[in-house]
Amino acid sequence: MKLLEFLKGERKKSASVAKERLQIIVAHQRGHRGQPDYMPMLEQELLEVIRRYVKVDQDAINISLDSEDDCSVLELNVTLPNRD
Amino acid sequence: MAKIIVVTSGKGGVGKTTSAAAIATGLALRGNKTVVIDFDVGLRNLDLIMGCERRVVYDLVNVIQGEAGLNQALIRDKRSENLHILPASQTRDKDALTLEGVETILGSLSEEFDYIICDSPAGIERGAQLALYFADEAIVVTNPEVSSVRDSDRILGLLSSKSRRAEQNREPIKEHLLVTRYNPNRVDDGDMLNLDDICEILAINLIGLIPESEAVLRSSNQGVPVIHDDKSDAGQAYADTVSRLMGEDVPLRFQHVPKRGLISRMFGGGGRR
Ligand SMILES: Nc1ncnc2c1ncn2[C@@H]1O[C@H](COP(=O)(O)OP(=O)(O)OP(=O)(O)O)[C@@H](O)[C@H]1O
Ligand SMILES: [Mg+2]
Repeated sequence: MKLLEFLKGERKKSASVAKERLQIIVAHQRGHRGQPDYMPMLEQELLEVIRRYVKVDQDAINISLDSEDDCSVLELNVTLPNRD
Repeated sequence: MAKIIVVTSGKGGVGKTTSAAAIATGLALRGNKTVVIDFDVGLRNLDLIMGCERRVVYDLVNVIQGEAGLNQALIRDKRSENLHILPASQTRDKDALTLEGVETILGSLSEEFDYIICDSPAGIERGAQLALYFADEAIVVTNPEVSSVRDSDRILGLLSSKSRRAEQNREPIKEHLLVTRYNPNRVDDGDMLNLDDICEILAINLIGLIPESEAVLRSSNQGVPVIHDDKSDAGQAYADTVSRLMGEDVPLRFQHVPKRGLISRMFGGGGRR
């Protein structure tokens, strides 16, 4: 909450919270649009394999498929935790 | 060749059937030969909203399975001779529909009608996919509420990937946003998503705005599509929507709380209905 809102005793209107949440959800959904149906499963299974070796969060993995004319690139991004 | 328009939403209970009935009726009243098809197999409702439930003999599934001819199943609307209804089955399940069957029916109807309105079931599964597969245009019905907006976006994804137009690489389905059950008072209070925000998030062309209205329940009780109630806010809003579908440019109404006149301010009195 912003300081001014706090001092004025205003709470954030629920509609603007809804809007912010939706913008994130929709951006995420659109990122996955047009991908093959197996992608969520693939993502989940890859995550399980990685987790056998490293402790990572559910959202630490990001996978995408880009197709150009004659080849497709499967891109896998995993954020590993800092080493202690 | 008829224009095939699917009325869809993803989320259930947002006003698809109410809208399909009103829009089909409106198109017919404006002189277009129109047929409205209930794709909600197993859970039909359109016949009730259209007020023809007692005249249903055969349905979509009977026609697909060859148990009845198309003309035996079509019900002619009591009020408008340009309007026909093709009801869904009450007893079968949605697996009784086949893509080929639907294609054949739409093909025959196309020769006779100007508009084919498909009332989709809720969800994003087979039934909803069949209802949208052959569409030329889509009316995406959305309530000002997070889950409805998210589901509408899912449906937009299906329209652009799992339709015949998408699979044949033809010009994509023309997508229209129809926001229903809008309550400007709650928008002003900051507790309901406003129209501009919904349009910004979904980023498709707005075809109409239907206010939350007491007229809708009243008209469904009577089995008379709300567009016949031309004194009501919802009836007028659907009439505007039909005009825009037919390519007319009409200004948007019912977006804001009406300013109260001096008299009603002096004497109190409730808000408008
Ligand atoms: N503008 C409106 N104002 C008030 N009530 C409405 C409005 N539009 C729809 N309703 C009510 O919302 C309920 C659901 O409407 P409807 O059956 O048209 O939704 P639907 O999307 O077809 O539902 P389903 O997903 O079950 O097929 C009904 O009770 C209807 O009367
Ligand atoms: Mg319905």
